[in-house]
Amino acid sequence: MEIDRQIQALKDRLSYTRDIFGNREDDNIRLLTAKLSELLVKEESLPGSVLVEEVARLEDFFDFSERKLDLELTPMDRVRIVRHPQRVCLKDILENVYDNYTEIGGQGEYNIDPSMLIARAYFTRRVGDKVLNQMVMVIGQEKGHGEAYRNGGSVKPWGNAKALHYMKVAETENIPVHTFVFTPGAYPVEDWPGAAQQIARNLYEMAGLRVPVISVFSEGGSGGAEAVGLGDRRIMLSHGYYSVISPEGAAAIEGGLRGGDRATPELIEKCARQLGITADDNLANGYVDKVLREPPLGARAYHYEFFRELRRELIQATNEAVSEVKSMKLYRAMVVRGSRTDDAESIYMRWNLSQSALNRLVERRQRKFLAMSRHARLDGTGIAKRAVTVTKGAVDATHSFLRYDLIGKPKKRLDAMFEELGAEAHLLRHKVLMPLKRALDKSFPGVNGKETKADEAVRDKLTQLSSPEEGAYLVGNGWAWSSPRSQEDRTISCPNARIHHCPDLWVPDLFGDFAGVCPHCGHHFPMEYRWYLENVFNYAVSREFNRELESINPLGYEQFDGKLDKAKEKTGLKSACITFDSVIDGVEAVVAVFCAPFRGGSVGAAEGEKFIRAAARAKRKRRPFIAYVHGTAGIRIQEGVNGVIQMPRCTIAVRRYIDAGGLYLVLYDTNSYAGPVASFLGCSPYQFAVQSSNIGFAGPGVITETTGMTVAPDYHRCYHALSRGHIHGIWDRREVKKNLHQSLLTMGGRNLYYR
Amino acid sequence: MLNIKELLDKVKASPYREIVVHAPHTGVVEFAGLKKGDTVHGREGEHMEKPGTLLANLTREKNKKPITAPEKGEVESVRTELEGKFVEAGEPLVTIKHFLTRKEVIELILQEALYLFRAPERAKYYFVPEVDQKLKVSGKRSVKVTEGMELLIVSRMKRETPLAYTGPEGIIYSVYFGRGDNVDEGEPLIGICPEDQLTVIQDVVARIQSEWDEE
Repeated sequence: MEIDRQIQALKDRLSYTRDIFGNREDDNIRLLTAKLSELLVKEESLPGSVLVEEVARLEDFFDFSERKLDLELTPMDRVRIVRHPQRVCLKDILENVYDNYTEIGGQGEYNIDPSMLIARAYFTRRVGDKVLNQMVMVIGQEKGHGEAYRNGGSVKPWGNAKALHYMKVAETENIPVHTFVFTPGAYPVEDWPGAAQQIARNLYEMAGLRVPVISVFSEGGSGGAEAVGLGDRRIMLSHGYYSVISPEGAAAIEGGLRGGDRATPELIEKCARQLGITADDNLANGYVDKVLREPPLGARAYHYEFFRELRRELIQATNEAVSEVKSMKLYRAMVVRGSRTDDAESIYMRWNLSQSALNRLVERRQRKFLAMSRHARLDGTGIAKRAVTVTKGAVDATHSFLRYDLIGKPKKRLDAMFEELGAEAHLLRHKVLMPLKRALDKSFPGVNGKETKADEAVRDKLTQLSSPEEGAYLVGNGWAWSSPRSQEDRTISCPNARIHHCPDLWVPDLFGDFAGVCPHCGHHFPMEYRWYLENVFNYAVSREFNRELESINPLGYEQFDGKLDKAKEKTGLKSACITFDSVIDGVEAVVAVFCAPFRGGSVGAAEGEKFIRAAARAKRKRRPFIAYVHGTAGIRIQEGVNGVIQMPRCTIAVRRYIDAGGLYLVLYDTNSYAGPVASFLGCSPYQFAVQSSNIGFAGPGVITETTGMTVAPDYHRCYHALSRGHIHGIWDRREVKKNLHQSLLTMGGRNLYYR
Repeated sequence: MLNIKELLDKVKASPYREIVVHAPHTGVVEFAGLKKGDTVHGREGEHMEKPGTLLANLTREKNKKPITAPEKGEVESVRTELEGKFVEAGEPLVTIKHFLTRKEVIELILQEALYLFRAPERAKYYFVPEVDQKLKVSGKRSVKVTEGMELLIVSRMKRETPLAYTGPEGIIYSVYFGRGDNVDEGEPLIGICPEDQLTVIQDVVARIQSEWDEE
């Protein structure tokens, strides 16, 4: 019986190896196949003891060959490893790494989203003669090999919402969170709470989650990975991948494929190689802290030694994260830092932290992420200019401290006190004097004070919105800037002509006077970002900063340098993001603009860095921070993980700004999709869209490709986004400036300079 | 008594409908290079989001507008002599021979076989509440109508007047208007089938369902 099982195991190992290497021919595999079939032929005739010996020898040979084959693994082979049904999954880890666990919120398919698994687990350890239990909250995707209801670890929005819920529970209970990333990507449905918006919410909360978070990456596919992956320590399994997009997806984009065409295996292989998705690539780039070595050809459920290693690593990582911020740094902390041995089990450390330690923990996490991806962009600012900027920054910080904190705070308190007293006095006066006034009025009629003209004007201004029929849209006798398209002498048809019977429009009228809005049905034709820069943000008199930050090709992605150069030449920009100080009707604000003409407005390391600096500047200067998204296609895939990491980074920057009491406003225009919407844009408490824009997680093509369902053509329309609760208002292009100004005055936190 | 067989044979003899595509407005026409005998298709996709085959482009004021095929069929004739010329609105451009679908054939036969009660004026029509309820609960075939019976409500200019049925006695076989739709004058509202002919008509529908090959 035992021998049968061993032979079966060998067969499994062989078929696994074959699967991993795809259709590639290899001498080692051929040899293994031959040896195994040789044994199978002889099996019947051999006496028992010889067979045992033979099998043992063959097992050794398998071990040897697998070690040899392990050295030949290409990135695409690793992708096949993590997708293989024999790959370890979260259930295996829960069984073998933790001493006990209780799954919560799920029993098989009876579950709000079976692809997200939550468990309360604990480590039991003997320290001295005491037995101690250490609780953790385990959150991660379960691929559930073969269980179709698990959806292959592709989490629906409500699954991510569940994950967030239990992170908050862990925060309340003050126990560490261990997250496990086993996902090919998030499931792109927009139903409430919405794929992009929920990931954005998760990121926003994790940016300030007040418990230690340890993340383990096995299969990290972009958005899905980010929804649980923002941790104090990020461990990556050596045969896993962490990438902006699946190699197939990248190949489909690279090859310009549409409508169900498949990319060739060679192209997929090449994309996998170029994207820098392996554990070692990510370690070298600094996006994971540690790589945990797996057995040759990847860990499978029977590799108990690997589970022991993972357990040790998890304890060690949690100890490290905790010891760094503990107020009392004892000898243990030093040992933890120094120990690279198997001794993690013997060091005991309490994992619940004091309030001040938690503050330090969050601060450390935020700083760690903000410091990433330095190498993936070019900073063309000269040394002198950089020094000036630093000095100016310091001066600004001091100035705002003096003005708003040192003097401002007591003044604010005084103002508030006077306001209260004034209200009190007003009521008192009213009570006492009113009878007197009434008596006087009765005896001397005709002295009633009439409302003056000035009061009326003020009231009108406060209560009346602009009315389109009065032509209140137009500024003076025209727009400050109109599109060069308005020079063309031709007509254009509104795309809604079939439904609303809009008459044809003369282009000079449409782009000159109507600001690209069909006067009949209100359809917004796409407009250049320059229009907003000049007509809304007064770019001509604004100060642009960080202009010299430049997008580069950090991964040496094939032909990408040329494409970047072309984009730079075409737009005259160095990256897709423009950041500047603006004055909107007297209110100073910091603005970040993502322009679609530059590589679709995709976000890479340079764009992320500019955005972060703009947020920091807004915080320092206590100004509102406006993100105007002229269009964004998502994360720039050619930058690989350097792009993805901008999601947590920028979200952290935004979180720091909002926590400091600022006003962060997002305005979407044309098409905004994927990563940015699923992170630093989607987390804003005030998100507005310009009419006729599209907002979503994945475009219709990607949805069809990944889920096989087709969505309605207007699935991503801003009106749907509004009714799903993802954005909070839709604006007419001609009213953007007015609405922005009103928002600046009526929304936002406590720390704005004009409050 | 209606001769269903003859009717069906007539349809079978010429199972086509000719669709003439006219110029929707003036402009310079440019054909898309279709020849007689080419197959074209109408709007497609789950949400009718894919436009039909391009027939021609019509350019007015440098605004080039595509004219696409409204339905599936075969190109019968293209007025190539108009290529590059300025045409008036309503000028026929392309003729498409559309092979009738099963549904269309059934509809055609029914229109002949049933008594059609037509709208006396352009208005919105509703069934009277009792009939409406009966239709909803027990289906269309359950309502029997007689001459002079108050059957519908005409809603026009916010005024609702009852409408009495005139015509032969029978049961409602099909309803041609939707709730809240405006129906033009002379358009059929309901199709009435005399009770004794019900089985015959159902037979015909069943026969067409099974016999008619859709192309």
